Amino acid sequence: MSCIEARGLRKAFGTTIALDGVNLRVEEGRIVGLIGPNGAGKTTALNVILGLTPYQGELRVLGRDPWTERDQLMRDVCFIADVAVLPRWMRVSQALSYVEGVHPRFDRAKAEGFLSKTSINQHSKIRSLSKGMVTQLHLALVMAIDAKLLVLDEPTLGLDILFRKQFYDSLLNDYFDRNRTIIVTTHQVEEVQHVLTDVMFMDRGRFIFNCSMEELESRYMEVMVHPEHLAAARAFKPINERQVFGRNIMLFDHGDRSQFAGFGDVRTPSIADLFVAMVGNQTNAARGEAQ
Amino acid sequence: MNTTSNDTPLNSNSNMATDSQMTSQAITPTRPMYWSVRRELWENRLIYLAPLTAAIVFLVGFLIKTIVLRHRMHGLLTLNAQQHDALHGLMALSAQQQHDAFSLPYETASVLIMGTAFLVGIFYSLDALYGERRDRSILFWKSLPVSDLTTVLSKVVIPIVILPLLSFAITIVTQFAMLLLSSVVLLGSGVGISTLWTQSSFIHESLMFFYHIVTVHGLWYAPFYGWLLLISAWAPRAPFIWAFLPPFVICGAEKLAFNTSYCLDMLQHRLTGPTVSTRPPGSTLMDAMAAITPIQFFTLPGLWIGLAICAAFLVVAVQVRRHRGPI
Repeated sequence: MSCIEARGLRKAFGTTIALDGVNLRVEEGRIVGLIGPNGAGKTTALNVILGLTPYQGELRVLGRDPWTERDQLMRDVCFIADVAVLPRWMRVSQALSYVEGVHPRFDRAKAEGFLSKTSINQHSKIRSLSKGMVTQLHLALVMAIDAKLLVLDEPTLGLDILFRKQFYDSLLNDYFDRNRTIIVTTHQVEEVQHVLTDVMFMDRGRFIFNCSMEELESRYMEVMVHPEHLAAARAFKPINERQVFGRNIMLFDHGDRSQFAGFGDVRTPSIADLFVAMVGNQTNAARGEAQ
Repeated sequence: MNTTSNDTPLNSNSNMATDSQMTSQAITPTRPMYWSVRRELWENRLIYLAPLTAAIVFLVGFLIKTIVLRHRMHGLLTLNAQQHDALHGLMALSAQQQHDAFSLPYETASVLIMGTAFLVGIFYSLDALYGERRDRSILFWKSLPVSDLTTVLSKVVIPIVILPLLSFAITIVTQFAMLLLSSVVLLGSGVGISTLWTQSSFIHESLMFFYHIVTVHGLWYAPFYGWLLLISAWAPRAPFIWAFLPPFVICGAEKLAFNTSYCLDMLQHRLTGPTVSTRPPGSTLMDAMAAITPIQFFTLPGLWIGLAICAAFLVVAVQVRRHRGPI
């Protein structure tokens, strides 16, 4: 059974189309990065998956309809919607007790174990914690829940680099196993690249790209082309070309790696570069159509 | 699947859930409810602090008054015996007056504490489903397996169950403290303390008061709290305005258009409680509470219509909360 399966998923807010007939399939045991510009529909997609928003079309999350079976679904699904959503009036110990009280799959000892590695005091009120500590607390709560799907929407927004790195490290080392699925959206693409197993690009309500990291590494090549090979390289129809320090960098989809090596240095493109190439092309194409 | 260790004391209260989890993997529906109500009490400490403060302030006032009274009595008692007898005669003039004189402070205490609890209930209900949207914590609550129904019910339980029972308990303790205080202060002043204890008919009035608080504050006022919670769940902002302006406008429009005041009368009838129309003039508050028998009360159509309206408001509030996110 795949973890998430969607066909013709649509969601509109008035005249704004947030999800435009999305087809999507996420298998169990993947860590999927959902990348897209602001307003691409990422948060709407996650809200629909989490049963926070009604939708049109077909959608199954862990075999359930998230809108009508939300209460049952939430036993197997966890999410961190935002860094700042933990109630500020609550004490850390109260948060632990409450989640323990209402969640059948919460392991308090585990959460306390995670917290003991941080400088968070259980008697503290959440309002007195720093932004990074609140995120650590939220992560400790979530990691102590034996869930099948974890959804993270910009979980590290506004945190410094140490907290961000620690966040993904503990997610990988202490939480992830092959039975769980994680979906994460972030603008700090470079930092999650090594964490992901799959990457999806969204733009204007559609999924425009979906591929595993292995496929990405074997399929896409970025070549820093020597000036004398420019014309020859262009003949292979790069999907994107940009200039850095006067050198032309071309991005190729498929091709003979050894042949490209003759044009210059070949490397695997970063997700960020691939994203810019893909979304940039789409945007240009759209502008072309409009004209 | 279940890795919860039960050896730590912190986990001892989850044993029940762990056991049921093994059989059905589902926790009992009362458990999220219990924790949600506890959560409300953690967040809104005013629920018990406000009536408690009112009680303490009242007790201090009462103590001062009793001491002053004692000094006056002392002054009177040092007069000659004849005057003393005359005074006694004066005090024994009317049993009704004496009863009133003794009962009045006790009634004032109960009214003060009930009134405080009522106000707390209003402001609590208005903020209950609005505050979680304003501080975005709704996203956290919604990430846990607690249904919107459980959440809304846990919030309506506060004004119609917890607050009445709490104000009852605080009032009883306060009145008992008043009795003790006046006994201690009047001890040795010559005034019969026994009168104090017999006149106050403590048990009887407590029962009347309990009856009043359950029927009026719990059941009769329920539609008010339903309305406030609905507005709290729905209002894009300023729930206070949204809750109080529409009734005000409707009453005003009715007066203007038809020169009638049915809406206002209805609201007034609801607010003053079901007993007032039958309250005989000159009766004390406690008597008024007893003016309507339980059979009369529970066969009032108004009660059941009110409860139905409250239920309808809550059903809509649950639906609204489902669709609402942070603001």
